[in-house]
Amino acid sequence: MSGAHKSATRGFAKRMVDRNGLPVAIYLGVAVTVWVLLLVLLPQLAMLDISFRHNLPPSGIGGPEDVYTLEHYRYFAIGGEANADSWNGLDIGVLFKTLFAALMVTLIDLAICYPVAYLLAKSTSGAAGRILILALIVPFWVNEILRAFAFRILFGATGVINEAGLGLGLWDLPIDFIGQDIALYAGLSYAYILLMIFPLYNAIESLDTNQIEAARDMGATTIQVHCKVVIPYAKPGIASGMTMVFMLSAGALAAPQILGGPSNLWFTQLVYQWFNSGGNWPRGSAYAIILLVVCISFVMLMMRLFKVSIGAIGR
Amino acid sequence: MTKDVTLDNVSVEFGDFTAVDRADLNIEGGEFFSFLGPSGCGKTTLLRCISGFQDPTGGQVRIGGQNMRGIGPNKRPTALIFQNLALFPLMTVAENIAFPLEVRGIDKKTRRHKADELLELIALTGQGDKKISELSGGQMQRVAIARALAVEPDILLLDEPLSALDLKLRQHMRRELRAIQKQVGLTFIYITHDQGEALTMSDRVAVMSHGRIEQVGDSRAVYDRPRTSFVASFVGENNALPARVLSRTGDALMVDAGLGAPMLVSAPEGGGLAVGAECYVFVRPEALHPADADDRNAFSATPTREEFEGNLRHIVLNAGGQDIRMTLVNDHRSDWASTSGMIAFSPDMAIALPRGELASA
Repeated sequence: MSGAHKSATRGFAKRMVDRNGLPVAIYLGVAVTVWVLLLVLLPQLAMLDISFRHNLPPSGIGGPEDVYTLEHYRYFAIGGEANADSWNGLDIGVLFKTLFAALMVTLIDLAICYPVAYLLAKSTSGAAGRILILALIVPFWVNEILRAFAFRILFGATGVINEAGLGLGLWDLPIDFIGQDIALYAGLSYAYILLMIFPLYNAIESLDTNQIEAARDMGATTIQVHCKVVIPYAKPGIASGMTMVFMLSAGALAAPQILGGPSNLWFTQLVYQWFNSGGNWPRGSAYAIILLVVCISFVMLMMRLFKVSIGAIGR
Repeated sequence: MTKDVTLDNVSVEFGDFTAVDRADLNIEGGEFFSFLGPSGCGKTTLLRCISGFQDPTGGQVRIGGQNMRGIGPNKRPTALIFQNLALFPLMTVAENIAFPLEVRGIDKKTRRHKADELLELIALTGQGDKKISELSGGQMQRVAIARALAVEPDILLLDEPLSALDLKLRQHMRRELRAIQKQVGLTFIYITHDQGEALTMSDRVAVMSHGRIEQVGDSRAVYDRPRTSFVASFVGENNALPARVLSRTGDALMVDAGLGAPMLVSAPEGGGLAVGAECYVFVRPEALHPADADDRNAFSATPTREEFEGNLRHIVLNAGGQDIRMTLVNDHRSDWASTSGMIAFSPDMAIALPRGELASA
């Protein structure tokens, strides 16, 4: 560490103590260190490490065969030894299908949440707004598993929707909502809706209402007001909400397990299989790392494309 | 093209609260018209009725003879300049000014050309590519005006746009606004609580209180011949002396204002004060002066303190138990306050008005 660097660190520490007092500064320092190092960085590093090792029985660990390998990443790319001359279409396909579905869920949530967040932020009075927010939050007291099974009942062949549709004569045969992934999309979209609404709400709420009125006064249509004034202003909030929903959807396990169609695999289910029934932790780790890296790369690419800086998301 | 604006018994009620109470007046095309009143008097609500952000609950707003009910702000020939200006921070100066053209689908080249023209009008030539945050307060002000003019409105509405500026800049912008208005020849409707602003810029002023329009007239009429006690006390400084009418001769009233002797003052326009009626007598501080031997309304007063403003001296006196303010032009010599005790005012510079609400200081 260079001298200048060291003194900058010391200056930061001193300012922390001056501003917050010694006990609070120590607490903050310890808490952040424990959180970042122990709970975030170390487990991920351990996973990264495991993903480059052979799947050995406990007795072999630390032995002569315990060396680093790219075997598991190679397996993801081209599959087992049997068909080593072609791509591992199945797993790569599942990854892309997962990314695409997560993107769809994100766009569905954006389409649903933007109007709601806008109304909450700009059109409702204090009391009505609070009730609306409460109405959004309270349903999330129901736990994820329960919600997923409830959706299964709702969308099942003999579920509420099919019964109603058939009863009213809207359609003649039960619609396979689960096989068509409609149940999955609905379940995931619903699961992460709050993570979209709140960043959007925060961003739009801080927009000066006069700007909206000024745009209208100068002849902008409702769509133009949104495209030229509200959305550019709320872009960091939109990016933040989309990133969270996308990451969490791509990493979801319970909802795809319960609501996914029999032929539809989510990439997390592959990871789960390798860890669990496959008994191959290194390969599971490699798959998890692949998912992580691909998701982060995709998000960074999108942010570059839409000119959002990573710092803006923190706002 | 200019259009006149007619308020035909316009009322706005929010639940039980009456924000605007039967406003009824006509603003002529090309006029600089101000609504003047304290905060909460309904002037902003009235402006929102004209711009289309608020529908009146009673009466009609007509622009160029056409009833505006149900016509949105984006469809009216008005442009509004907001109190905080509401410039778009993510756009450049030129993009801000050209925004009204952009939303009308006008091509980029024409937009840029028009923006440059308007930048010239507001003396910001060549600064179109600056960010809004790089401008000074006065420059932002002018950009907001240019953006509003880009709509080519018939009527420009201004909601206290100068209130955020410091005194010197505000006085400068008053002159500039007035000059721009003369140059473009549009109807300007101006909202303010600052009577100095209203009086210096306007062709006519409407003084408002509690949702009602108390008086409409040119600056001189509103200042020199107030119709109600609110107008007399809100516009400019004024001494309000509780009084009783003793007798009447033509347009002059003899009143007992508690100053030791009966005072001769002007009667309100259109009569209205009978003998024996309780009233207020309003005497401007600048109408008071040290008394000469032959002055009509002379009375004795004891100076209690002086506020020295450089060009003016505000002297607070006590007469018959009430505080009276007198303003003298500083002649760099006399030191009246410590010498004499008789002051006077001329009968035609004092007016008696029926008892009513006084503007709180």
